[in-house]
Amino acid sequence: MTSPNIAKTKRIFWTIIGLTFLTIIINLPNQLPINIHLANFNWNHTFYRPNLNFKLGSATITKNFDLKYGLDLAGGASLIYDIDTTKLNKSDLTSALDALKSNIERRVNLFGVSEANVQLSKQADKYRLVIELPGVTDINQAISLIGQTAQLTFKGVVDLPPEATASAKIEDYFKDTGLTGSNLVRAAAQISPNTSEPEVSLEFDNEGTKLFAKATKEFLNKKIAIFLDDQIVSAPVVQVEIIDGKAVINGSFDLQTAKTLAAQLNAGALPLPIKLIQQTQVGATLGKESIDKGIKAGIVGLVVVSIFMIGNYGYLGFISVIGLIIYGLITLSLYRLIPVTLTFPGIVGFILSIGMAVDSNILIFERMREEIRKGKAWNQAMELGFGRAWDSIKDANACTIITGLILFNPLNWPFLNTSGMVRGFAITLILGIAIGIFTGVFVTRNLLRVLARGKNNI
Amino acid sequence: MNIMKFRPLFYLISLSLLTVSIFSIVKWGFVKGIDFVGGTVWELKVPNLKNSDPIQKIFDTEKIQLSSVTAEGDNKYLLKFANINQDQKVALDNSIKTIDKDFQELRFETLGPSLGKELLQKTIYAIILSSIALLLFIGSRFKDLTFGASAVLAMFHDSIILVGAFSLLGHFLGAEVDALFVTALLTTLSASVHDTVVTFDRIRELKRTSYNLSWVEMANQAVSEVIVRSINNSMTVIFMLLALVLLGGDTTRWFALALLIGVVCGTYSSTGVAIPLVLLWKRNKK
Repeated sequence: MTSPNIAKTKRIFWTIIGLTFLTIIINLPNQLPINIHLANFNWNHTFYRPNLNFKLGSATITKNFDLKYGLDLAGGASLIYDIDTTKLNKSDLTSALDALKSNIERRVNLFGVSEANVQLSKQADKYRLVIELPGVTDINQAISLIGQTAQLTFKGVVDLPPEATASAKIEDYFKDTGLTGSNLVRAAAQISPNTSEPEVSLEFDNEGTKLFAKATKEFLNKKIAIFLDDQIVSAPVVQVEIIDGKAVINGSFDLQTAKTLAAQLNAGALPLPIKLIQQTQVGATLGKESIDKGIKAGIVGLVVVSIFMIGNYGYLGFISVIGLIIYGLITLSLYRLIPVTLTFPGIVGFILSIGMAVDSNILIFERMREEIRKGKAWNQAMELGFGRAWDSIKDANACTIITGLILFNPLNWPFLNTSGMVRGFAITLILGIAIGIFTGVFVTRNLLRVLARGKNNI
Repeated sequence: MNIMKFRPLFYLISLSLLTVSIFSIVKWGFVKGIDFVGGTVWELKVPNLKNSDPIQKIFDTEKIQLSSVTAEGDNKYLLKFANINQDQKVALDNSIKTIDKDFQELRFETLGPSLGKELLQKTIYAIILSSIALLLFIGSRFKDLTFGASAVLAMFHDSIILVGAFSLLGHFLGAEVDALFVTALLTTLSASVHDTVVTFDRIRELKRTSYNLSWVEMANQAVSEVIVRSINNSMTVIFMLLALVLLGGDTTRWFALALLIGVVCGTYSSTGVAIPLVLLWKRNKK
């Protein structure tokens, strides 16, 4: 490695330049208006950041490069519920939890939040429901909507005369039967003895039996729609008048969906009782402030570190600052590409990682000085410095990555942390270390080979 | 440079720091944030409000004990109180609306005490897991378990001092221990080991190249070779963290300070703790 192939080095050098430009483009603001006024010359143009949008065979790949902000920066609400599973058999647990999740998801969707996120998490033997609602400002409304009792209703589907359909509203197509979830004694998933297909059986109480008999008489050979929270779950055709208060819903169920529906119907409310244990609400202004502060701190820190490096190592320091800028660009590009959801601790992790990214350069430069003191020529000292420092850079950073991985908990081990805050920090730290090694060793080494060839002093 | 002759001084510094830390932890404990004990943090902006008395009155009426009110200027108030349920929250909202119907909720966070116990448990598991992983990793990289053990012990040294420092800061300045502090603590673990490994690497190299050196001589040479790097590197990290301390808000300030203490400790402990420990193990060997 002491006499690098010049042609190869140049190729690498231009690849690095190309990569840098690519990352600059990715990090451009979405719109960049440029106005040039020179005497009689006026030129206005707004550049738009290109977004990935291309076809690969039959698949279309689209990707926009917007930075994703977590709840603490973008504003929004997050709720954590304890799920009470004590009254449940182990065998029903999975389907009940799935039913709960889809129930909550439906309610959250009613709230009209884009990118809402509903997650089940397991802590030891306890189950939790984590709900994130970006942009939601009225947390009270969200809580009452999520915690409400689901309304089960049965409505007959009315055939409207053709002349009425044009002006008809959705409500006009349905006639309430008066039958609700409170009349339901139980629902169960079963395999039909006749067709061997999964179906859901319903059993009503006395009043429900009467109402259901009336409804099935009225809507014989027509459809009765079953609504849960004002959304149609199923609309079976009534084949016979039913007077014993027992009904089956069949359709294109598999066993799992039949079980889920049965659980939803049984619940009337939610399939499992839930209890709110944590709520967090961050206003959008506070988030904006945090972002601004983070950016400011990052810039101030970067400038001070740059001055320190150039003051201490002169030309070498200058190259390492260029490496550092490339580091920042690549890191931000990866945040946009993966995408990494940036949280406040994440920004802190990024700023901290800038400080750590120059570490490899300091290690290498100190090594170079040593070799030069021993009387080696500059070029030789440089190659030796990089070569010798590599062992310690490798091992030291591996240790940080090990801790980072334990914090990030990629396998979702229940005994380790799963909170978004800590993970946000860990992911930026891990990415920072990995990219820091790349720019600190590979990039600066090749920059130095090309730009400082023949130099004989530091 | 014969740095290792200062070993007694290092022992003295480390032991006194550890003693003060443990004393403070035992005597004063911590100011635990709501992440640990449960409770509520409510930050709100009430344009019509000149001082916090009306808020105090509302809480008295609702019979909720306010544990602290901080006026942050610009009509912003930071309230801390016990964990409340949804009905109580709605009642509070409505009462504050009577002062100013345009009040703005900047941040509202309430959590039960059960989550705190988990956080503590998970932190301890994470530390144990990190220690084992690092012990084995360093042990295998340096083909000598004493290196792994010394690095991990130095890491514990740093963690205890950081935890102790926050016990002191909590007692005298009200610094809270929260989820972010836990993150800082875990980062300190890795920063501490990072530094130690760089110094160990020099000893590894010297062992390969200079057969006739004793352990103490190798340690001295290794430390004098990396000390400029260690200081310079810590300086850059310290610059970044200082920028955060100076510009960030209240929560960031303590977080950055925790990282700062961790980094300074980590730099000191590689020379002052990890290497002397290795020497202690190797004292009968050449």
